[in-house]
Amino acid sequence: MMSNLTGAERTKAMIITGFGAMVGLLMAIVGHDDPMGAHGWITLLFFGVLFFVVGNAFYDPEPTEDRAALYYDDPTKVGIILALLWAVVGMSMGVWVASQLAWPDLRFDAAWSSFGRLRPVHTSGVIFGFGGNALIATSYHIMQRTSRARMPDQISPWFVLLGFNLFCILAASGYIMGITQSKEYAEPEWYADLWLVVVWVVYFILYMRTLARRNEPHIYVANWYYLSFILVVAILHIVNNLALPASLTGAKSYSLFSGVQDAMTQWWYGHNAVAFFLTTGFLGMLYYFLPKRAERPIYSYRLSILSFWGIVFFYIWVGSHHLHYTALPYWVQTLGMTFSIMLLVPSWASAGNALMTLNGAWHKVRDDATLRFMMVAAVFYGLSTFEGSFMAIRPVNGLSHYTDWTIGHVHSGAMGWVAMITFGSIYALVPVLWRRETMYSWKAVEWHFWLALTGTVIYVFAMWNSGIIQGLMWRTYNEAGTLRYSFVDSLVAMHPYYIARAFGGLLFLTGACICLWNVVMTIRRVPLLAPALDYPTSSEAMEPAVPAAE
Amino acid sequence: MTILIILIPVTLSMGAFGLAAFFWSLRNGQYEDLSGDAERILHDDDVPLKSLNSTSRMIVTKETKR
Repeated sequence: MMSNLTGAERTKAMIITGFGAMVGLLMAIVGHDDPMGAHGWITLLFFGVLFFVVGNAFYDPEPTEDRAALYYDDPTKVGIILALLWAVVGMSMGVWVASQLAWPDLRFDAAWSSFGRLRPVHTSGVIFGFGGNALIATSYHIMQRTSRARMPDQISPWFVLLGFNLFCILAASGYIMGITQSKEYAEPEWYADLWLVVVWVVYFILYMRTLARRNEPHIYVANWYYLSFILVVAILHIVNNLALPASLTGAKSYSLFSGVQDAMTQWWYGHNAVAFFLTTGFLGMLYYFLPKRAERPIYSYRLSILSFWGIVFFYIWVGSHHLHYTALPYWVQTLGMTFSIMLLVPSWASAGNALMTLNGAWHKVRDDATLRFMMVAAVFYGLSTFEGSFMAIRPVNGLSHYTDWTIGHVHSGAMGWVAMITFGSIYALVPVLWRRETMYSWKAVEWHFWLALTGTVIYVFAMWNSGIIQGLMWRTYNEAGTLRYSFVDSLVAMHPYYIARAFGGLLFLTGACICLWNVVMTIRRVPLLAPALDYPTSSEAMEPAVPAAE
Repeated sequence: MTILIILIPVTLSMGAFGLAAFFWSLRNGQYEDLSGDAERILHDDDVPLKSLNSTSRMIVTKETKR
């Protein structure tokens, strides 16, 4: 990796990591009697290790070949491995917290292992750790390939990837220590938030600079999806995290907004995080890797562009559907509900476009588990967007809100759509990236596919059942006009579903572990792909050396 | 609901920005050859195209000097 950096770039990297380590030390000193101090030490360790990695290779020979003749894939490779490591960590936490709901003793009476602290480790681990790293890595790959140009420099892709991972580490370790600003999917405190702003701005500039040097005049649609992901997440993150630190030597901060204002900002952020973190970026993945793997152009390119602009205009209005029947003005709820229903159009356009691309290549879907991952992802995308629009309707929401149905809906999106398209893309990308003929074991890909699908189906059906039972039990009255069931009654009714959910999650986690193993074995064991031009092309091989007629 | 005084303009300006981006792409001729655009990503030699663009300009001048 280091051999691709020049001396000047290594110096730059040492300055950045050295500066980061000093900031970490400063945080550790000023925050020594606060959990922020621990974060200072983590930051110091993180940058310190990178500083020594760079310093160790500082006097190694510099690259001699023309670097502009090749794409820069080193950060993509590291990003894929990091994504899979986070997948294993985040999903393990998911299985653990799911098991805690079925068997509360699994908390082992410690504060750090309580449900409230481990659950955000699970959500941030899979959304930001797994999803975020996969998005960054695939965006590096796609922006270079579709622009037919190398990234403009070697330092900023590493800064973005590793800086983002530092944010993820600060987030996860903070939750365990009890650091949280109690905003769902935006739990990290002010200094982690500020750091993410820096990283994200560099990411956006890097993407724009790569596009600016493109050798292909057309900007492929996947780039629009990735760009909207980067830009909108930056705006959402900044607005929702506007907060005043209680002191500069501690982690605690207070939101600029209070009460229903804060709730509205949070869900304006929250649903757009679903939209622009968990949807548009992954649609970018779908629109690149699905045609590539199926070796067919997208069914309707026009539709893919239309659904992009549709999603961009509709999604930003829907956040208030999380606040039906609250202190939020009625018309704002109705506005969110209306846009949520309209959103079904561009969502189904994308799902249908993906499936129509495969129409006529079903034999490939049958034989190739990688393509099947993408096909199932498109199906789950269609299903969960329909479900989402449906659940945003106020009376339906009256039944579904605060129940496990929401959890089921989120996981049909997260496991069925986001994780499936990511795994499919990883299996399509790894042989290309490391220049291997195939994955190490196609049987392992098959196993992973079926484990992931079974796990998702068990999980989602368990949560649908328990959610609807819960919702109905909470609204059942007896003749006297009082509630028929106590809350504990509904909890007892949930127990079998919680066990089923933990089992489904365990299957899904097993699949992710198999994926990590398969990728590592592909890198270590599968021989390098011989350059294609060493072989006669098939048409030459078929022709006799001397034409028969002459 | 004073927050809407912030959120609605922010959301509207994001929409306006999106609209501006869309008009840029339209005027830029991004949608002139849709089927070709969809097809071209499939034909990829997995190396950057050399052309008279930014850093590759340097390489071209190097080659011409020889």
